[in-house]
Amino acid sequence: MSVLQKPAGPPAATGPVPFLSRMHEWVTTVDHKKLGTMYVTCGIVYLIIAGLEATMMRWQLAWPGQEVLSPEEFNRLFTMHGTTMVFFVGMPILLGAANVLIPLMIGARDLAFPRLNAFGFWLFFFGSLLLYFSYFGGQGLYGMGSAPDVGWFAYAPLTERTFSRGHSTDYWILGIFVAGIGSTATGINFIATILGMRCKGMTLMKMPLLAWIMLIDSVLIVVALPPLAAGQIMLLFDRLLGAHFFDAQAGGSALLWQNIFWFFGHPEVYILILPGFAFVTEIIPVFSRKVIFGYPLMVAATVAIGFISVGVWAHHMFAVGLSPMLNAIFMGSTMLVGVPTGIKMFNWVATMIGGKIRFETPMLYSTGFLCQFLLGGLTGIFLATVPFDWQVSDSYFVVGHFHYVLFGGLVFAIFAAVYYWFPKVTGRLLNERLGKWQFWLLLIGFNLTFGPMHVSGMLGMPRRIYTYHLDRGWEFWNLLSSIGVIIQLVGFSLFAWNVLHSLFKGRIAGDDPWDAWTLEWSTTSPPPAHNFDEDPVVHSRRPLWDLKHPDDPDWKYE
Amino acid sequence: MVQMCGCVGWLAGLPLGSTAAGATLPAAPTPSMFDPVGEPAAVILDITWLLIGICGAIGLIMLCLIGFAVLRCRRKEGDHREPAQVYGSNPIELAWTVVPLMIVFVLFMVSARGIFDLEKTSPPEGSLEVTVTGHRWWWEFDYEGLGIVTAGELHVPIDDDGPADLYLTLKSADVAHSFWVPQFGGKMDVIPDRVNHLWLQVDRPGVFVGQCAEYCGNQHANMLITVIVEPRAEFDAWVAAQQREAVEDPAVAAGKRLFLRTSCINCHTVRGTVANGTFAPDLTHLMSRSTIGSGVVPNTPENLREWVWDPQLVKPGCEMPSMKLSRDEVDLVCSWLETLK
Repeated sequence: MSVLQKPAGPPAATGPVPFLSRMHEWVTTVDHKKLGTMYVTCGIVYLIIAGLEATMMRWQLAWPGQEVLSPEEFNRLFTMHGTTMVFFVGMPILLGAANVLIPLMIGARDLAFPRLNAFGFWLFFFGSLLLYFSYFGGQGLYGMGSAPDVGWFAYAPLTERTFSRGHSTDYWILGIFVAGIGSTATGINFIATILGMRCKGMTLMKMPLLAWIMLIDSVLIVVALPPLAAGQIMLLFDRLLGAHFFDAQAGGSALLWQNIFWFFGHPEVYILILPGFAFVTEIIPVFSRKVIFGYPLMVAATVAIGFISVGVWAHHMFAVGLSPMLNAIFMGSTMLVGVPTGIKMFNWVATMIGGKIRFETPMLYSTGFLCQFLLGGLTGIFLATVPFDWQVSDSYFVVGHFHYVLFGGLVFAIFAAVYYWFPKVTGRLLNERLGKWQFWLLLIGFNLTFGPMHVSGMLGMPRRIYTYHLDRGWEFWNLLSSIGVIIQLVGFSLFAWNVLHSLFKGRIAGDDPWDAWTLEWSTTSPPPAHNFDEDPVVHSRRPLWDLKHPDDPDWKYE
Repeated sequence: MVQMCGCVGWLAGLPLGSTAAGATLPAAPTPSMFDPVGEPAAVILDITWLLIGICGAIGLIMLCLIGFAVLRCRRKEGDHREPAQVYGSNPIELAWTVVPLMIVFVLFMVSARGIFDLEKTSPPEGSLEVTVTGHRWWWEFDYEGLGIVTAGELHVPIDDDGPADLYLTLKSADVAHSFWVPQFGGKMDVIPDRVNHLWLQVDRPGVFVGQCAEYCGNQHANMLITVIVEPRAEFDAWVAAQQREAVEDPAVAAGKRLFLRTSCINCHTVRGTVANGTFAPDLTHLMSRSTIGSGVVPNTPENLREWVWDPQLVKPGCEMPSMKLSRDEVDLVCSWLETLK
């Protein structure tokens, strides 16, 4: 086989490139790897910013009646924390990772529309700046220090001009709107790439599961983001042109916003978590040394999640007074989404059992993901149960639940992915020892922070309160949560140090440091601009396995 | 202020909070959903135990499987051979598709029954009907049949012969709020373009607390609810007292004149006077309430003066402005307010 020949390394540099030229190269690039790297880097910067915002909130809530923050400051912080984490941490990291990985994994030269890809990135970038500019420009000439304080789901009519003065909410609308256009364009780009640019031999059912999951994810992006954009434009009309879509006093409907927002909002959380699934689906087999268990069922489960997730949005609205029948229907659809998710869970564990697991950092984080996502998924079943939801909806139980899914799940999966693919992107390995320390600190810190929130929620503590009275009996659980944050901070600092250090001093990785099986490991680390010197040809889902085991190739069994 | 209690008192287990000049209430228990006081909350708790049982079992099984893989399926030192490649197994995969489906079906049926039991569209016979209006950031309770409007504190009667039903009609004056007293049952959102209903039940006297559960702006955290469940006789006495117009006390006439001359009357009602504003709590029987500012501080003479002096110091961001009265004028107004028993 002449396939999968290693490309020649990058051409030897002729003298140092001037700083300005290098910056120019990054700003004008349409290369999917560079854009992906920029996405992920921005995402991690915003992760730090939004994490610090959360830290300040936990400081305020560590004890009843603290006056670290004023109510306005606290309300702005949780709005910015939520908005940033969803739109400017989760989205860019998943778009960035997919950007880097999809072409490499399907053996393509780049995405289908490289310039559209760059356009999408810059829309995201400037959208995020627009949101954060609200801290300076939210009150126009009246002063600094304002930002949107309407919560990340911005319920009407709190966002109407009557209740939200100044322009901070306008910045919230525009920032997300602009970034959303970029994400939609990139989603279309991914779909076109995956459907049209796979290498020779890679039928849909021979794609790596990451590509499958990102395909479904992209479809969800294209389905879910435009309704949000429409809703935001309606809101902007309300605020700036005197329309009355959501203004209940003038005949608008406050509930309409909730429907529009969650019609976007629920698929959105699947858009965020599916890439997490994708990462661990690639990582667990490699470190268990076993092929993924039940590939066709994994594909089916992903498609099922995609379909069901657009039909569950009203489970965010069980407490708004829908009819019993509607409540029951949405409870059913929500519980149903647990089935394909459970299938994935079982298949990951079945892949591990009978394997010969190497617990290097990516596998550690993946295992952490499995346990924590399991807990988050189970509390999801709790919340799907309408009567229980009537109690804890909008309480700290919900905060605990979605942090188990998005932090314990997604962020741990992201760390798994960063440790796994960092060597491919940079050519250097991250430090394993620091990575393991970071893992254990995050594991303890995370559970200490978000575990107790389930309890405080069931003890009656609503979310988004800037203070509480001592006689409510929530102080112990809140103190635990805040202590957990300190441990997390140490963990995150280790990560920052690890990345900066390894970028320059890390061990040279080589092409295939993990002895993996998918196409990206067949090219150099970092890959050349054109990715592969020769167009790869594949015969199975694990082309490098076939190469390494010519006597026992995969395509005999698939 | 009251909030500055600090760690030390908590660790020493000292009783906290100062004595109130208004009606003093016993401390309320933690608003835990595990301590239900009526049927809705009890039904929800039953479903919760079922959930904990089923989901707990699933979680335990999964954690055991993961634990087994982590402990027993590691690569041994020096073992470089790949393990057997298992591509899947139709019967096994079918099993973990069908069994979860069956579990979901059972859970769905049980919970759906809960929904239809708890979501009542008409009041049960003999229930107390109250219209609750959410305002930024306080609750208005309108006992329609009784001609009483009060704020922050809801009084509910209970007879010896069993639990009392409570049927709330929920409206909002501005943005979305949510009415939640966990020990009585689930919450219900209060949305400006909707009229919602919530059936609750109480089965023992006592003081119970809850608060607004839907983010509604600046002082969302201090939009508290206190419910006083009391024997029928006490409730009737309270109703009779509430139905009276504001007391006339010539000794504090100057304070009353000042109040009526200031723009207080644009927002507040004091029945029996010209003050008939509806934007803010009815003050006709202010001193029958144990807290001010919707629960933010106890109703003591000092707190009342602090509040009238500048509400923004007590509840920053609330809708009541400082009326720029002098300290003497504040004293004058408060001496009248303190007669509104």
